[in-house]
Amino acid sequence: MTLNRRTFIGAGAAAAATLSAPMVMGASHGKPRVVVIGGGAGGATAARYIAKGSKGAIDVTLVEPSRSYYTCFFSNLYIGGFRELSSIAHSYGTLAAKFGVNVVHDWAVGIDRDAKMVTLAGGAKLPYDRLVLSPGIDFVDGAVPGWDVSAQNKMPHAYKAGSQSELLKAQIEAMPQGGTFAMVAPPNPYRCPPGPYERVSMVAHVLKETNPTAKIIVADPKPKFSKMALFQEGWANHYEGMIDWVGSDFGGDNVEVNADDMTVSIDGEVTKVDVCNVIPAMKAGRICEMAGVTEGNWAPVIGHTMQSRLDENIHVLGDACSQGDMPKSGFSANSQAKVAAMAIRGALTGSKVFPAKFSNTCWSLIDTNDGVKVGATYEATDEKIAKVDGFISKTGEDADLRKATFEESVGWYAGITSDMFG
Amino acid sequence: MRLVHVATIFWMALVGAVQAEENLVEIGDPERGAKMFKRCQSCHQVGKGARHKVGPHLNGIFFRPVANFQDYKYSKSLNAARTDGMIWDIEGLSSFLEHPKDVLPGTKMSFRGMKKEKDRNDLLAYLRQFSDNPQDIPEAAPTARKVEVELSPEILAIVGDPEYGEYLSSECTTCHQVDGDYDGIPSITQWPTEEFVIAMHAYKVKQRSHPVMQMMAGRLSDEEIAALAAYFAELE
Repeated sequence: MTLNRRTFIGAGAAAAATLSAPMVMGASHGKPRVVVIGGGAGGATAARYIAKGSKGAIDVTLVEPSRSYYTCFFSNLYIGGFRELSSIAHSYGTLAAKFGVNVVHDWAVGIDRDAKMVTLAGGAKLPYDRLVLSPGIDFVDGAVPGWDVSAQNKMPHAYKAGSQSELLKAQIEAMPQGGTFAMVAPPNPYRCPPGPYERVSMVAHVLKETNPTAKIIVADPKPKFSKMALFQEGWANHYEGMIDWVGSDFGGDNVEVNADDMTVSIDGEVTKVDVCNVIPAMKAGRICEMAGVTEGNWAPVIGHTMQSRLDENIHVLGDACSQGDMPKSGFSANSQAKVAAMAIRGALTGSKVFPAKFSNTCWSLIDTNDGVKVGATYEATDEKIAKVDGFISKTGEDADLRKATFEESVGWYAGITSDMFG
Repeated sequence: MRLVHVATIFWMALVGAVQAEENLVEIGDPERGAKMFKRCQSCHQVGKGARHKVGPHLNGIFFRPVANFQDYKYSKSLNAARTDGMIWDIEGLSSFLEHPKDVLPGTKMSFRGMKKEKDRNDLLAYLRQFSDNPQDIPEAAPTARKVEVELSPEILAIVGDPEYGEYLSSECTTCHQVDGDYDGIPSITQWPTEEFVIAMHAYKVKQRSHPVMQMMAGRLSDEEIAALAAYFAELE
């Protein structure tokens, strides 16, 4: 399929230039229509920014099955006892009432790209001029031998927040004294690169308080991971001797689990465990595959506009897309959503289009008031979204700075959720 | 009108004198308070030549009605407190400083609070000097910080494009709340444009230390910084 990038192609070149030419949709069906599938950091932000920016000139429908949305970011802090679950729950009331977004709580089950039509599980059909897919992740079948989604109640992934997070927390709290918590970490690329290691930190924090002789074992298919030096320093400082991380150099990539026996086999060595948090390999949310916009596990996009490389009428945001250098994170999805919203408004109503800019910062909590962060800025090139500049917390930082970093993360949470949900 | 005005000043001076006798000694240590004030200086000025910056100047703050300057843009919360007749007395100032967001929810003052009573008392003793003896203010040492970064008049004169600023601002609002609320990351809504421009350039040349802000400001052009300043200054 040939892709006409229209006016966006030169967006990287001229600073602040007006690049859009009006490309207003035909009058056959009145207002241009945008359907957004998925109400997380990408979808909710996109819906809000398109509706807000177009001031009613674009009809925006957001399709999201959950009435109460639990953010994946900060769900580890819930597991660690630093947040209530209710504090990471959000509803779509403001998007509907204040910004005029038509919020539909249903599953999208089909996309007809020729007819430009989305079908919902309830049978409704939603026509679109532009479709935004922001469905997050699903798991790759058979990624961890012995585990499939039917085992998720015994061996939770807790990598989509909500009931899975509650289950994992309850299991940790019910561990016998001196018991074993195991995690099977995912291979790259996956949602929230520091997430599994922040989770290990939060589990260790809980166990140190209530079950100090318990052990944590992490089987990792990777030889190294995000913020590794910071986490390992923190684990040694706060949880000495509790955490055993087994990377791929030591057989961490050769794992099998048995949910009935509650055993984990790492490089042939079988261990009986009390809790097993399996985070399998990931792929784009299933609806991307159904729409036929994936190549391999992810949906490739053009950085300038976040348009699918396989269909110019579809934009894919956040964890589900492959775009280049940005990590899969809520912050990234929020940043990408704003670029997509600008491009969509430009295409449908002729509003100004500026060069795409992206940024990301990921904060992680290691223990009480011990926060660290990593971040970068990005720009769109014709090939990909490319990193411009970045920074990371340093090992050996003083306690005041770590506390300030944690407090900043709390501020960021308030900021991004009000940016997403209004 | 003029008469009333003079009379008011006279009355306030009287009240000030009486209060001064009662409280000046026991409020706290003004010299230590001068050091505490360093935490306020990035937003507030006090003393000779003090002007409104991100926050209003604090000359004569004692016994002034809340949100009383017509040439400063207050939050809705502080304007409502003025309508309710709130006056900045010692107790009011002290409890506000202890936990700004609890006392006046919705204030745009990005300050988590000064927990220790002694710190607050010393700070208030220091500020009190600029209220008790307004006639002495010219003699007082100016506390306005020297400009953080020297910017050329050309850079300061750039008139930002608020529409471009609005687009660029979407990078800021992932962390900084548009409505000016403060939960650990400062509000940047309704900052005076010059303060905004100076602060961003201070990050850009790494004179201010925050790594995220250094990175964000680092890739903004002079025009982009001006555009952001123009947008946030007028944001309601």
